[in-house]
Amino acid sequence: MTAIFDFILVTVALVDLALLGTSRLATSVRLAAVQGMALSLLPLLASDDGIGLRVLLFAAGIFVLKGLVFPGLLMRALRTADVRHEVGPYIRYAPSMLLGVLILATCFWLGSEFELPRPTISPLVLPIALATILIGLLLIVSRRTALNQVIGYIVLENGIFVFGAALALEEPFLVEIGVLLDVFVAVFVMGITIFHISREFDHIDVDQLSLLKE
Amino acid sequence: MTVSAIVPPAFALVFAPLLIGVTNRTKAVFAGRQGAPLLQPYFDLVKLLGKGAVYSQTTTLVFRVGPMIGLAAVLTASLLMPFGGCRAPLAFGGDLILFVYLMGLARLFTVLAALDTGSSFEGMGASREVLFSTLAEPALLLALAAVGRETKTLSLSQMHELVPRLFWGHSSLILMLVAVVLFIVFLAENSRIPIDDPNTHLELTMIHEVMVLDHCGPDFAFIIYGAALKLWLLGSLIVGLLLPTRTGLRLADLLLSLAAMAAVAVLLGVVESTLARFRMMRVPVFLVGAVVLATVALILKYGGRLG
Repeated sequence: MTAIFDFILVTVALVDLALLGTSRLATSVRLAAVQGMALSLLPLLASDDGIGLRVLLFAAGIFVLKGLVFPGLLMRALRTADVRHEVGPYIRYAPSMLLGVLILATCFWLGSEFELPRPTISPLVLPIALATILIGLLLIVSRRTALNQVIGYIVLENGIFVFGAALALEEPFLVEIGVLLDVFVAVFVMGITIFHISREFDHIDVDQLSLLKE
Repeated sequence: MTVSAIVPPAFALVFAPLLIGVTNRTKAVFAGRQGAPLLQPYFDLVKLLGKGAVYSQTTTLVFRVGPMIGLAAVLTASLLMPFGGCRAPLAFGGDLILFVYLMGLARLFTVLAALDTGSSFEGMGASREVLFSTLAEPALLLALAAVGRETKTLSLSQMHELVPRLFWGHSSLILMLVAVVLFIVFLAENSRIPIDDPNTHLELTMIHEVMVLDHCGPDFAFIIYGAALKLWLLGSLIVGLLLPTRTGLRLADLLLSLAAMAAVAVLLGVVESTLARFRMMRVPVFLVGAVVLATVALILKYGGRLG
């Protein structure tokens, strides 16, 4: 069980790093979808007392939302905005991947320093959750297209989810549903915003939006 | 040193060109051609060795010794590489570092010989080769370090003995990452698609091939044979570290490893036939990706206290 759990966590970490290295937006969306699908298996493996109906529904909900709905919405935004590539990120791809691995290493060190209130199913949970959150942030600040920033936001939320799935086993359900709903609305709104930005300005480069001021 | 220690270098010397033959045949099958005979690389070598060499007047001694030192370095490296359950003739703690830098020495002299000709194309190829190998080298060393961390040894021969036992345990995840990294390094170091194209006819897009344009006759035979040995050695690094079973019978192990080498050669042919070459700008990102994967394999063990 722990081996599969570790395998999924490492997949999540590798997707984080791959996201830092891709310039093609469609690939980024697909990678985020893979990460969402991988994550949806975590609650099934983390539950102590077998797989109940509640956990099953929860996992299915996550799978549909993170693995199908979000990517679907983003793909639609991509089509309507008619962009294919990230343009001139603030940090180029190779350096941002190295930065990502530096973040991962730091988080592994942090993970060995923290005392958690209860033992986790795998020692990789804390470092990879932290790294996913920080890499999501890195994506948001280092990329210029609005779409990649939305993906950064989703990755950040995925990091929080890893943390929640492995730690807060008792009552994760309501909390997670609440967070998911927030993210769902956010991605929905951002998709519409991307569409409007691209229709008004013919691009989704947020850097240029700062020029709009008086 | 036992008699079986002769086996790894002997196999490398004899079968290395066959590996290229297998890869070329695979590519021919994919392209719908009949393809050259499997032994064609041997015929080429014999033909080239029988010819004379022509040296340009602008070249110096460096150009002449380049191929010889290149081949000598790779031959020495072949003494360090175990194969099919047999230890290498030379095995000591830290020999993996010597192995990596013998490869580096061979490359240095190829590059120097290329620069010595003064041709602009060769200079361009040399510059690219150095850039890409600078990125592939840390990936190889970090991947080997990750395996070394798993097996608690820094000798290739000991790793080769210990790895099959580890494969089905806690280390499988790390070994899978290492496998991917080693295959990327295998592609990059042997100048294969998607990094370089060994069959390209455009000097502008060549990397490795352009550096050896001015060599001919026996010198060129040394270079081709050196490249074949390099392919064999890096391939047997992959097979040696990732073949998860040992039968216990020496002969069966050897045959199994040979079959695995053939499988690697076929896989190489498949990769070369199905992938397009990356744009030059994307190659460094790809190789940095390999470095990143190798680092992940290393730190998974360090921080996570897996297993």
